[in-house]
Amino acid sequence: MYWLRRGWAELRNEVFVLPSRTLVLAWVVALLALPLVYGDAYVMRIVTMTCIFAIFAASWDLLAGYTGQVNFGHALFFGAGAYTSALLSLKLGLSPWATIWAGAAVALFVGFVVGYLCLRLRGSYLSLATLAFPLIALGILFAFPDFSGGELGVSGLRRLTLTPTGNYYVAALSMLVIVFALWALADSRFGIVLHAIRDDEVAARASGINTPRYKLMVFAVAGAAAGFSGALFAHYLRVAGPSTLEVALSFQVVIWGIFGGVATIYGPVAAVFILYPLTEWLGSFRAFGELRLLIFAIIVLLVLLFMPRGLTPWVRDKIETQCPRCKQRNGTWRKICRLCGAAVSGEDLSYKPR
Amino acid sequence: MLQDILVTGLVNGGVYALLAIGFSLIFGVARIVNIAHTAFYMLAAYCFYTLLVKTGLGFLLSGVIAVGAVTLFSVICYRLVIEPVREHEAAVLIATIALALIFQELMLFTFGGHFLGIPSTLEGAVRFLGVSIPYQRLLILVVAGVSLAAVWFVLYRTRLGLAIRATANDLEVANLMGMNVHRVAMATVAISVALAAVAGVVVAPVFVVDPFMWLAPLVTMLAIVVLGGLGSLKGSLIGALIIGYVEAITVFAVPAGAYLKGAVALMIMVAVLLVRPEGLFGVAFEEER
Repeated sequence: MYWLRRGWAELRNEVFVLPSRTLVLAWVVALLALPLVYGDAYVMRIVTMTCIFAIFAASWDLLAGYTGQVNFGHALFFGAGAYTSALLSLKLGLSPWATIWAGAAVALFVGFVVGYLCLRLRGSYLSLATLAFPLIALGILFAFPDFSGGELGVSGLRRLTLTPTGNYYVAALSMLVIVFALWALADSRFGIVLHAIRDDEVAARASGINTPRYKLMVFAVAGAAAGFSGALFAHYLRVAGPSTLEVALSFQVVIWGIFGGVATIYGPVAAVFILYPLTEWLGSFRAFGELRLLIFAIIVLLVLLFMPRGLTPWVRDKIETQCPRCKQRNGTWRKICRLCGAAVSGEDLSYKPR
Repeated sequence: MLQDILVTGLVNGGVYALLAIGFSLIFGVARIVNIAHTAFYMLAAYCFYTLLVKTGLGFLLSGVIAVGAVTLFSVICYRLVIEPVREHEAAVLIATIALALIFQELMLFTFGGHFLGIPSTLEGAVRFLGVSIPYQRLLILVVAGVSLAAVWFVLYRTRLGLAIRATANDLEVANLMGMNVHRVAMATVAISVALAAVAGVVVAPVFVVDPFMWLAPLVTMLAIVVLGGLGSLKGSLIGALIIGYVEAITVFAVPAGAYLKGAVALMIMVAVLLVRPEGLFGVAFEEER
């Protein structure tokens, strides 16, 4: 009973005071309860795919948003995870539960290698050079069709679990764990160092930060998370094909990340949860089926014209204000700060980057 | 085989140079990584196809109209879509990606996904050094050469070119010296897209025209630009020739080369970047703060 009351008090004082935290809680609850409430196979399939891509988008954000290493070839890690896991489970007959970790490990190593090769590159050079890596991998895969399956890819993989609900929970739970882990990582001292590297790498080095080491670590972590999502994807669809390495997927993740708002982790996740079901839903209409990518692109373009910093920062500015004294966030309805009592209503004095 | 490599490399290098120099210009002046650059090349090819096959205008007239229309269209796109978000680099980036996707889907919807054939502008071939070069490829080479000479003339012999080079060098100082940097950026967009459109029109009879024809040259073009050094026109030209020849050698001399040609070209780029992170002719500028 005490713990119940204590839990409720925590919930009321720490979560419900901020609309953004309430939204996150509602999202987690909705995600976990969906199969119990509405077990439609089509909806579950879409949400499962959304969860898998949410991991992918969040890992991109850690690399591109926080550290400023805007990766145009993030599909490389996705494809490395997918192909490793698929080949191991098909050729060696290992259980998918083991090969997913192997896929993530290989993607971690690939991330490390790409990071090592790109250490001296910065800005646009890095973006354009990373674009090359998945295409090099694709060219090599096509040159050895006996091993990689060529255009068709590696198909006929085993399922992770036998029921759709099981697959759903595997994807949703791993998504929640990985996304919250990345969020915690990005919020820790480690994340502050990443912000410093993005804003001014020279100054960060001058302050005694071993920036190459941090960059390599971020490449490895982001690679591992993306590889994990790629392996999940391969075992969910039971095929690992060249589409996991294509430019389209790399661009897709850039669109998700920037649409949601970079350097937030939750932004890209929110963007995936809005944009992916939206495109699928548009695709389900016969009249829109052919036009869905067009509508998708137009929506992205229009949203950006009004919210150039991305969706979530814009929404967050609408529902929350920052206390001018203690820099904590408050719901917009509050007149005084919930922590330090300074007046927060009236004109917004906080600094806003243009 | 040697002659084949020489000719194919030169022709492809010429087309790549048209694309890469336009991209380089716009990056240098406006710091826009224009992913939609080759989408304009695709639009020009479609425009040329429509005018030539559907309305039956002559080759020259349809080519000129296609280039003009696409250039005008690009300036409109720039004003409506890119300029409002110019200050947010990330937003500009995905705005250009979204534009490219929109063009691709519009073409897919209007013309369908199948390949479109365009009759050759010039029939016949000339024999030179023991290889027969179709006139069409010769035409590509000539048009590429003339366009590049024209760009060189505009950049180095006119006041507009002076303004473009000054803005590329230092945007703020150019602005303080009384140049209208917005108008300079717009002129640069027009010039660069016009180059891409010229490339689209001349290669349309040789390559296949389909809504996804922008992706492969996009990647090659980006590799060339990075290889030569971002914003360096000389680098783009030399990079284009290098990549053109590397691709030709891979296709003709390596087994399964057609699959590997992109991979080999990109590996060359990565190798160059490992040795010189700023590309062959890039300026190693310290962080722009």
